[in-house]
Formats: sequence, C-alpha cells, structure tokens
Amino acid sequence: MQYISEFRDGNTAQAIAKLIKNKASMEKHYRLMEFCGGHTHAIHRYGLPSLLPANVEMIHGPGCPVCVLPITRIDYAIALAMMPKVILCSYGDMLRVPGTNQRSLLKAKADGADVRMVYSVNDALQIARDNPQHQVIFFAIGFETTTPPTAVALIIAKKEKLMNFSVFCNHVLTPVAMESLLQNEESNANLDGFVGPAHVSIIVGSNAYHDVAMRYKKPIVISGFEPLDLMHSILLLIEQINANQYGVENQYTRAVNADGNVKSQQIINQTLSIRDTFEWRGLGMIANSAMKINDAYQEFDAEERFPINIIAGEEHKACECSAILRGVKKPKDCKLFAKVCTPENPFGSCMVSSEGACAAYYAYGNIVEMLTT
Amino acid sequence: MCLAIPAKVMRINADQQAIVNVGGIEKEISVALIDDVNVGDYVIIHVGFALTKLNEQEAKKTIALLNEMAMV
Ligand code: SF4
Repeated sequence: MQYISEFRDGNTAQAIAKLIKNKASMEKHYRLMEFCGGHTHAIHRYGLPSLLPANVEMIHGPGCPVCVLPITRIDYAIALAMMPKVILCSYGDMLRVPGTNQRSLLKAKADGADVRMVYSVNDALQIARDNPQHQVIFFAIGFETTTPPTAVALIIAKKEKLMNFSVFCNHVLTPVAMESLLQNEESNANLDGFVGPAHVSIIVGSNAYHDVAMRYKKPIVISGFEPLDLMHSILLLIEQINANQYGVENQYTRAVNADGNVKSQQIINQTLSIRDTFEWRGLGMIANSAMKINDAYQEFDAEERFPINIIAGEEHKACECSAILRGVKKPKDCKLFAKVCTPENPFGSCMVSSEGACAAYYAYGNIVEMLTT
Repeated sequence: MCLAIPAKVMRINADQQAIVNVGGIEKEISVALIDDVNVGDYVIIHVGFALTKLNEQEAKKTIALLNEMAMV
C-alpha cells in the first residue's frame, strides 16, 4: 500500500460521480464549502468540478493560514526583520505576502534584512545554534497542523537554553473559525455543509467539530486529500443533506480518529494558551481563535521581547480576499484577478499561498473563460 | 503549507528523529509528536514532523468501500 495511487483511480472517480448525479436532487442546489485550502487545490488540480453536476457547487473557505493572517501581523514581522542583528525565519509562502503598501518580507530582504525561508521550525532552531550573536525569530503561522511543531521547538529551546531564539506566534484555531463563519448570516445562508479539514483533524480529532455541526445544523464530512476521498466525501454530504441530517462524519479514517493526536495536544497545552481575541483577514476579530506563548515559555515570545506598536495595516483597496475567504465571492469577481494580480506579482494573500483560492483558480482554471464570463 | 504527504519510515534515529522515504527521496523528520513508530510504518509528514501513523486496516476498508461503489 502506498496510500496515494489507490485513492486516485479515474474509473472509480467516474463511478462516484455517477452516484453523485443520481443522488443530487434536481430541486436542490448544494453549496458545499471545503474549509481547507489544501482541499481547494486538490479539487482544482484534479478537475473535480467538471465531474460534479451543475447544482453541486464547491465554495472555498478560509482554511489557508497565509491568507487569513491580517496585514498588521505581516507589518509586525517586517518590523521585526528590519531590526539590527535579527534573523527572521518563516515558511516559504509567508515571505511573499504583501503588507501595507505592498511591502513584503522578500522586499525587506532586498533592502538588507536577514530573512530566511525554512522548511521546518527545526531549521530555525539550527540557525539559532549556529548564530549565537544574532536574535533568531521564527514567524510561526498555521492551523492546528502546524502548531505542534512550533510547540516542540519551544520545549527544545528551553531545554537547550537557546536564549537567542524566539517565536512570533500566529497560530489559529479551525473549529472556532468555522463557528464564526456560520455566525455571519450571509455566509451561513450560503452554505449547506462542509468538507472538513484532513490534517488539522489528525491533531484535533473529529469530535472537535461536533458542537459546531449541532449548533448550526450543518453536516461536516472530514475528508482525505486524494481525489477519491473528496468525491466520496461530497457524496456523503449530499446524502446527509437529502436526509435532512447534520453531524460529523469521518471519511479519512486511515489518519483521523475521534480524539485526535493526544500527545500533540498535550505538547500544545504545555507551551501555548488561547488568546482572548485575534484578527482574521476577512472574518474580523474572533474571540478565543488563536494561540499565544504561555507564561512558562514567555522568554521565547518575540512579542514580549520585541514589543512594536503597529498602526492598523492597509490592504490594497481593490483586493477581494476578505469576501473570498468568507465564501461570498469567487476570485473572478475581483477586478485585479489575473490581469494585474498574478502569482509572480500578488496583490493579496489569496494569490500568494499555495493554498489560496486565487492561486488555485489561476493555476488550474480556464483564465480566458473566467475573464470573459 | 497544510499539504502533508504519506511517507514510509526507513530508520529511527536518536533525538526523536527518523529517516523517511517520500516518493523515492529520503529525508530526516521528527517523530516527537507520535508514539511507538516502527520501521515500515507509513506516516503523514508536515513541516518536517510526523503527525500520525496511517492505519492500514482503515485504509483497506475505505478502498473496499470505494471499489464497491464503483461496481454498482
Ligand atoms: S486576485 Fe489578487 S487582488 Fe484579487 S482577491 Fe485575489 S489576491 Fe486579492
């Protein structure tokens, strides 16, 4: 078993597509949100919308960590990077996201800041060990999937007394974001169910979505990343909607269980705590929606060590990322899409990230058709 | 960023590190987030960490279910 090719068979995909067509009632319009940007990319990469009937519509959600980070946090990271004797490390996509006045970490680097792209937080720890004369700041972003590695790094830094290492923590929480999306009437009315995150759910477990599903009466099917996983999950959602049911179903049983990765949860709780509130691009301020470094690890908190007052950041006026992240607009609704805003010259975060909706539509969509219809 | 891929564990090293094979390429990752990992296990890796072991029995069940759907 390779766990990949088995879930990509074209004939099986066609067969499930037929089942979906049979089950989808002609009187209904099914609006299904894939919460996670990784799913958005898989859906477009494998051309799944072309296998779905016209009344089954996929809507991309805010599950792209790079996309939802508000511009003030990017401005903060740039300010950190511009300080003398600082090495700022982050994951690849983060370096290209435009902050205020379209300034990015990459541009700060061109201006002389020491900004480095890392594949893993372990690389940032090594840079700190190798550069004792410098302050090494790890710009940590991501949902629950990326949080445990940051937590492990904090434990290692404390154990090794790596005092020139710190973390600028921007980790955010998925179920809370889902809930906030459903509190928004426009988004709520626009959604009939969710394709639930794959890898976030490995950590948090399928039970973590139970309350949201019940309170807002929406079906949620946790789905794997392969095309057959997604087709299967869409079918399960349609079945739940037809039966007027709602609840959490787990399609990705080979990786996700009900309680999640308990060891990771413990490591997170040991090092991080929940912020009272945090700003999300598109969704605004959301209570209890993000993590910060807890008191026991305070000496590794970049915000404590280097407090910088950032004046509210400014997005490009024409950028529609916010509405796209709420599921109420599509990339082609943005005037800049593909004309001025491209992956080489992104104007908003949704075009930068490998999980952003604009990037997915740009990479796999029919641009000519999108610009003319 | 959230894209995470299945990889086969080839060797377990000191300091909770392991060598995995991802599509023919070997790389070193951390197994600090999971318990009882063995050579031959498949794991999901993300930003240099194994997030979980893949459950072969569950995978087989899903595949059987998908094949069954393709039959009708
Ligand atoms: S196309 Fe560019 S400017 Fe328009 S919404 Fe997407 S990222 Fe923003």
